[in-house]
Formats: sequence, C-alpha cells, structure tokens
Amino acid sequence: MNRFLVPLGVFALLAIVLAIGIRHSPDKGIIRSPLIGKPAPSFALPALLEPGRTVRSQDFKGRWYLLNVWGTWCGECRAEHEMLLTVGKSGAVPLIGLDWKDDDAQAQAWLRQLGNPYETVAVDRSGRAAIDWGVYGAPETFLVNPAGIVVYKHVGALTQAEWTHDILPRVNGGKS
Amino acid sequence: MLPELGHFALILALLLAGLQAFFGIAGPMYGRERWSRAVTAALAGQAVMVVTAVVCLVHAFINNDFSVLYVAENSNSALPLFYRVAALWGAHEGSLVLWILLLSLWSVAVAVRSGSLPPNFAARVLGVLGLVSFGFLLFTLATSNPFVRLDPPAPDGRDLNPILQDPGLAVHPPILYTGYVGFAVAFAFACAAMLEGRLDQAWARWTRPWTTWAWAFLSCGIALGSFWAYYELGWGGFWFWDPVENASFMPWLVGTALVHSLAVTDKRGLFKSWTLLLAILAFSLSMLGTFLVRSGVLVSVHSFAADPSRGMFILAFLIVMIGGALSLYAWRAPLLKSQAGFELGARESFLLFNNVLLVIAAATVLAGTLAPLISDALHLGTVSVGPPYFNPTFLLSMLPLTALLSVGIHASWKRGRLKDKQRSLLLTLVAAAVLGCGLVFGLYRHGHVLTPIAATLGIWILLSSLVDPLDRWRRGLSLPRAVLGMTIAHMGLGIAVIALTAVQSFTIERDIALTPGEVARVGAYELRFEGVKPVEGPNYDGVGGTFVVTRAGAPVAVMVPQKRQFWVQHQVTSETAITMNRGNNLLLALGEDLGAGRWSVRVQIRPLVSLVWLAALIMAIGGFVAASDRRYHGARVAVPGAEVAVPEKA
Amino acid sequence: MKRAAVHTLVLQSLMLFASLGWALDTTVLPDPALQARYVALTHELRCMQCQNEAIADSPVDLAADLRNQVREQLLAGKSDDEIRSWMAARYGDFILFRPRYSWRNAWLWGAPAVLLLVGAWFSWRIVRTRTLLLADDHEPLEEDLRP
Repeated sequence: MNRFLVPLGVFALLAIVLAIGIRHSPDKGIIRSPLIGKPAPSFALPALLEPGRTVRSQDFKGRWYLLNVWGTWCGECRAEHEMLLTVGKSGAVPLIGLDWKDDDAQAQAWLRQLGNPYETVAVDRSGRAAIDWGVYGAPETFLVNPAGIVVYKHVGALTQAEWTHDILPRVNGGKS
Repeated sequence: MLPELGHFALILALLLAGLQAFFGIAGPMYGRERWSRAVTAALAGQAVMVVTAVVCLVHAFINNDFSVLYVAENSNSALPLFYRVAALWGAHEGSLVLWILLLSLWSVAVAVRSGSLPPNFAARVLGVLGLVSFGFLLFTLATSNPFVRLDPPAPDGRDLNPILQDPGLAVHPPILYTGYVGFAVAFAFACAAMLEGRLDQAWARWTRPWTTWAWAFLSCGIALGSFWAYYELGWGGFWFWDPVENASFMPWLVGTALVHSLAVTDKRGLFKSWTLLLAILAFSLSMLGTFLVRSGVLVSVHSFAADPSRGMFILAFLIVMIGGALSLYAWRAPLLKSQAGFELGARESFLLFNNVLLVIAAATVLAGTLAPLISDALHLGTVSVGPPYFNPTFLLSMLPLTALLSVGIHASWKRGRLKDKQRSLLLTLVAAAVLGCGLVFGLYRHGHVLTPIAATLGIWILLSSLVDPLDRWRRGLSLPRAVLGMTIAHMGLGIAVIALTAVQSFTIERDIALTPGEVARVGAYELRFEGVKPVEGPNYDGVGGTFVVTRAGAPVAVMVPQKRQFWVQHQVTSETAITMNRGNNLLLALGEDLGAGRWSVRVQIRPLVSLVWLAALIMAIGGFVAASDRRYHGARVAVPGAEVAVPEKA
Repeated sequence: MKRAAVHTLVLQSLMLFASLGWALDTTVLPDPALQARYVALTHELRCMQCQNEAIADSPVDLAADLRNQVREQLLAGKSDDEIRSWMAARYGDFILFRPRYSWRNAWLWGAPAVLLLVGAWFSWRIVRTRTLLLADDHEPLEEDLRP
C-alpha cells in the first residue's frame, strides 16, 4: 500500500514548490542582485553636466546615496522622472545618475526640459560600468550606505511605495 | 452582439460540462441508468456550445471587431485573412479556447466510438473528460475571457506579433494541442478504470488506439514547432530545451512509455498499475505544461504573458485533477496484481527497460526545467539550466535505449527466445557497425568518439526493425497494421538518431574574409563572392552580398545574405541566407566590411538536418498506421471485465 | 505592472528584429582555439534582457556588450571559469546556462545518475519476481502472438 502513495507524495512536494514559485513570481523578472551586501563597484566616469570633471565612486564615501541608471531612450525612465524629482527635492538621500549608453546632448536636453533631480550625473557610454553593477534593464536604482556597501536594489521605475517602505527606513537606520 | 453570444455559449458549455461530469461519474456510482445515458446528451450540448463560441470569436477576427479586447490585442485590419483566423490562438485566452475546443472534439470522438465499451465504463470516461472540460471552461471564464469588450472600441488592433505571422502558426498550435489534449482520453480511461475498481486486458485494448493517436499528433506538433523555430530564428538551432519546448516534450516521453506499456498490459495483463500511473502522468505533464507556460513562474521565449492569479487557479486545478487521480491510484492500484511471469530476455523485459529509461529521461528534463523553482524554494540560490545540462543528461538515458531497442525487437513474449535470433542479431549489429563506422570515417574522417557509436546504434535500429517484417513477408504471412506501424515508427527513430548524430558531429562553421571574385572552399562547396550591392526595404536599407555556390563545379544556388540598417531603431541586423542541397543546409551571414571591397562572411553547413523532422514525421506516420489497426475496432464486449484474449487472425 | 511594461518594451523591440532577421555575432578572434572558447562561452551565458536566450543569439545591446567583455577577457588570457565567475559575480548564477558544479546543485547534476540507479534496482526486482513466477506458469503462449 505504501509504495502506491509515493506518486501522490511526490506530486504534493511539487505542488508546494510551484506554489512558492507563484508567490515569488512577481520577483521573477527581478533577478536578485548578487551585489547586495557587497561593496559597490568603483567607477570613474565623465560628468554629464560639468565638462572636464570626473565622477568617482570614492567621492560618495561616508554618505548614503542612490545610484539611478537611466537613458533618454528608456520609456520607463521618463515615467519614473516625476518620482525622482520628488526624491531629489526631499534632500533625504542624494541621487546620483548613471546615464547608460546614451547620447550626451540628448541627455542634457532631457534634464533641462524635465528638471534635474540628480546631484550629479555620470556618463557610461560603453556600458562597462553598468555591467559592473549588474544592470540589465533601465531604470534600476541602487541604495549604497556610507560604508560603500550596496544594501538595496530596485529594478523598474521607482515608486512612492519603494521610497517610503524600502529606501527611507534603511537610510534612517531602521532596516539594514 | 456575437461576442456576447460567444460568451453566453461558453457559460452554457461550462454548465453542460458540469452536467456531463456529474452524470458520467454519479450515474454509474449510484446505479442511475438514466443519468449514465444522459452523459452523451450533455456532451453533445457542450460541444455545440463550444463550437458556437469559437465561431463567434473567429467571426470577430474576420470582421475586425476591435470592440473585443482580445481581437484588438492580437489582430489588425491590415493583417491578411489567413492570419486573422490563426490569430485566434496567438495569445493566452484564445489558446485556451483552442484547448477547450479540441477537448470537446476528442470527447465527441470517444462518445461516437464508444459502442464497443460497456455503458457504465463509457459514461465514466466521458464524465472524467467532462470534469476536465469543466475545469478549463471555468478557468477561461474566470480569468481569461476572450470575449471581454473594449469600450470604446479600438480604432485598429495592435496586430499579431510579427514573429507569429508565419504559416507555422496556422498548423503548429492546433496539431500540438491535438496531441497534448489527446492524452486526456487515456487519463479518462485510467480514471474510469480506477472508479470501477477493475482493469484488464480489454481496458488496455480500448485505451491503446486513443493513446497512439494522441501520441502521433503530439509527435507532429513538436516536429513542426522545431522546424518553425529553425527557419524563424535562423542560424541553425532547432531545439533549445526552452521550458515551453520541454513542456511538450515531457508528455511525449511519458506518452511513448505509455504506448509501450499498454502493449504489455494488452498482451499479457502485466504492468497494470504501472500503465495506469503512466496514463495519469502523461496528461498530468500536459496540464503541468499548461501551467508553466501561463503562470509566469519560468522564464521562456515562448511563454504567454504572466499572471500570478492565473497561476494560482491552474495550480488549484492541477491539485484537484492530478491529486485526485493519484489518490484514486493509491487506493485502487494495490488490487491490480497479476501472476504472469516472463524471462529476463523476454519482450516484456525490454519494454520494462524502455519504460524505465523514458521515464528517467522525462524526470531529468523535469528536474532541469523546474530547477530554478526548486532551487529558489529550497533557498539554494538562483540557478538557471540550459543545453549544457540537458544535452548530456538526456543522452545518458537515451543512448542505452537505442541499443536495447535493437535487441528487444527480436524478443518474443514471455520466453524471449533470443537464442534463436542470435544470427540475425549478430548480423544486424555487424552490418550496422560496418556501415556506421564506414560512413563516419569514410565521408567525414573526423568526429567525436560518440559519433560512430551513435551512427551504429541508429543504423542498427533501422536494420533490426526490418528483420521481422521481412521474415513475415518471406513466409507469406500478412503484416498487421499494428506491426507495420511499429516498424515505421521505430525506423523513424533510427533515422532521427542518424540525423541528430550527423548534425551534432559534422556541422561545419567557418568565418572567412573574401574579396570580390575570390572563391572559398567550405566542406564540399565552393563559394564565389561577387561583391556587395545596396538593398532597400520598406523601413531599412543596407547591403547584400552575392555568393555563387557550387558543388564540384555544378551550380547549387546564388545566395544573398544581407545586412540591414533600420531607419528608426538604428540597429543593424544580419539576414541569413539559407539554402538546401543534397540533404545539407547551407547558411550564410554577412559579417564586416573589411575595406577595399573585402568582406567577412560566416558559413555554416549542417548535414542531414532536414532528416530530423522527416524522422519525426515518419514516427508519427507509424503511430497513425498502428492506431488504425482493425483489431482496435473490435466487437462489443459481451461480458464486462472479462479477460479478453483475442488472438488476432494474422 | 511596471515589470510587465519593461518586459513588453524589450520583447516588442526584440520581436521587431526577429521578424526581420536575427542579429548575428560575427566576431572572430585571431586564434581558432580562442574562437572556439568564445563561441562556447557566448552560448553558455544568458542574455539577461531576453527570455531564455544566450548572448550569442541575442540582438540586444546588453548582449553585444557582454560578448565584448568575453572577447576582451579571452584576449587578456582569462580562463573559462574566471570569465564565468566574473559574470556571475555581477549578475548572479542565473546568467549561467550550465549550472555550477557545487554542493548546492548536487541534487540537479546527481539526479540522472541517482534515477538510473533507482531504475536499475526497480527493473532488477521486477524481472526477478517475474522470472520466479515463470516457473509456475504453464500457460502456453501462442506462437504468432506478435506485438
């Protein structure tokens, strides 16, 4: 009798795995970043709006900051821009932009036209820096702590929900 | 108006399917003969309603009714009529309607052919089918209604996904689903047997043709999908072990095992509980496939738009149907014991090994497909699985199968008597080895160590399959269709092994730089580069390189691979030129401009790749031939459940 | 919702290419051995923006950038494993189509062998039972009772 229950047992296990899979499935498009808990990749890139200046990752040591990957070619970045302006205005966390595989002139025009929420914008023309951050689709936003460790990553347009529930609490010392 | 009618028809179909299920299962259970007899009426009604709904949907497509959301999302007024109809199953909601339609048609076919079945048993079978129909109709109406209206109607549709605008779309899903859904019949037969508490050789005889038909359709469907991928995606790949491909391949593997297991149960009344389990498994894997494709739990090129709520619904459905069937199995299977015996060298043994290996292959594919989910659930981190896993693990179980096939096909039932067949066994093996190794080393002079082995195994299958039919012919005996079909199917497998070996081992890929007028030799072909000239398209321009291809001087083709630059996206794409010659596929892609008229080009020669699909088609034909054997259309069984030993007049 | 939007965007641009011609990677490395490794590696790495494709076959920019990385690292003399680890450090193990050989994945790589052993044991038991039953089986089987 026992061994005829085996198929049912195996199926039960499978059903549990599938149920867990569904529960996690909104995250499926968002691959968990291996950078969480690791030091932020270092970079030294030209600044978009200050010709001749180099934006370096060391410049932000000792502060919380948000790295936002965007491009003028990216529709969702456009949708996200409103939220970023809010974040920028709040002054709670500095916003550093990473202009990914974009055209400098177009990017400058975009910020002039829509407003600039960023403290500074680094230009990644080759895409090499973005790869170091494990970027696979704009927009993406990383939260880095004063020790230079990546503590949170959000893929997709940043919304009020993530800002209030995931980013601010971490910055204010709640979660880690 | 018509969309509302279609919607209403689906609701009625749901109710009728519910009645069908109720009458079919409760009728025999409570001895209510009138209920049992009402099943066919309920089914007829359900089928009519489903067809009505489909007609309404097709009508909406043909008449560009963009007030129907599904039509607006998948069609366009500029879309040719042919594709407007095929777009019916171009996305999730419509493909479910196709599922339901095919399930109804299969159910009707069973009802029509159920004359030789005991009435109670037939009622149960149709009842279980009704349950499945009910589940799918409920799912469709609750989460994926194709008749949802768009208000205000869209001015025009979003158009069918361009990659689907291909004749392949018209045939691949319907044929694939016919097979996929067809395993529901075997499932229903299994559940009916379990509900009755009895399973005998007659049951196996009834189930066999239905299973073989479904298997044959599924074989065609998978082959079509692979063929379509090859020409659509270019650059020579035809199987990617993508989750959705696996979703159709797993039922096929288990279905093959089932077809063989049924033979044993039919002939000798053995493997009863095992056959039962396989019948449940085959359809369960079909249902699992449906789940995987639509729930968003897996990443795949083919998957429909993901939606977790749909996922939960299908999962609940799976739990009810599969959990229910497996519970019945745990309850009833222990009663199915038989006292028949067989030798190690008997046909039954080999079919046992066949089954074990096929199920292992299916389990391996399942493990690989679900690995990301399993790893995630067990907190083992993220893992992703692709061809580097599937290829070696699949071969591990399938290569031994091919060898066992060639031996086992000579074995007799019960006592094997392989000793009597030693001569033909040895002869076929030696001939295969000579031909295999000879062809490999003679024609190609290189290869992997597995290449001559696999070639030998493939040829051995071909030769072994012919031994019995030739013997019968020599002795003036007739060849029943079942045997003929089996022979054809096995030979198809042999051809597949040979073709796959050739493609895997002897594909030539080279990158060459040529100046106009220069000739390159790749494999057996010469390519003369004639230079590039500009090309212009509706939304692109670019260059095309002209290559005159000859073989030993004789002209083969003029191929013009292109590089296109699109105006809007500024992306440059390479358009591969493909041509066929003597069973080889030649692919050319233009590379880079190296200056001074010199260009790089990538050449790929794939030998015998067309044979792969031809082989699958041959296997399917074998299935069709076998399933049409007269013995399966026998007379009504007088005493239900009797051990029917019907030695067929040869 | 946004997830779907990004993916739809990517997929739609993807589809635009696919219908008109799959982009081809015509990179050639000077050394044939390196070229072979390049082809193998680019087929083993997943395009992170696509649904289940290798960077070798994908037309998107990210795939081209990653292929470039592979090329540069091969030319710099890195080993296959170093390149795989480099990629996985940034994108997670998900980028690898060949699961790592680790204890975490032991169940996956071990499954076929374990299944074969179980299958062999299972077969042996059944054949043994049936062979023993054969001794008591005096029922003749018709000669022509073929398949």
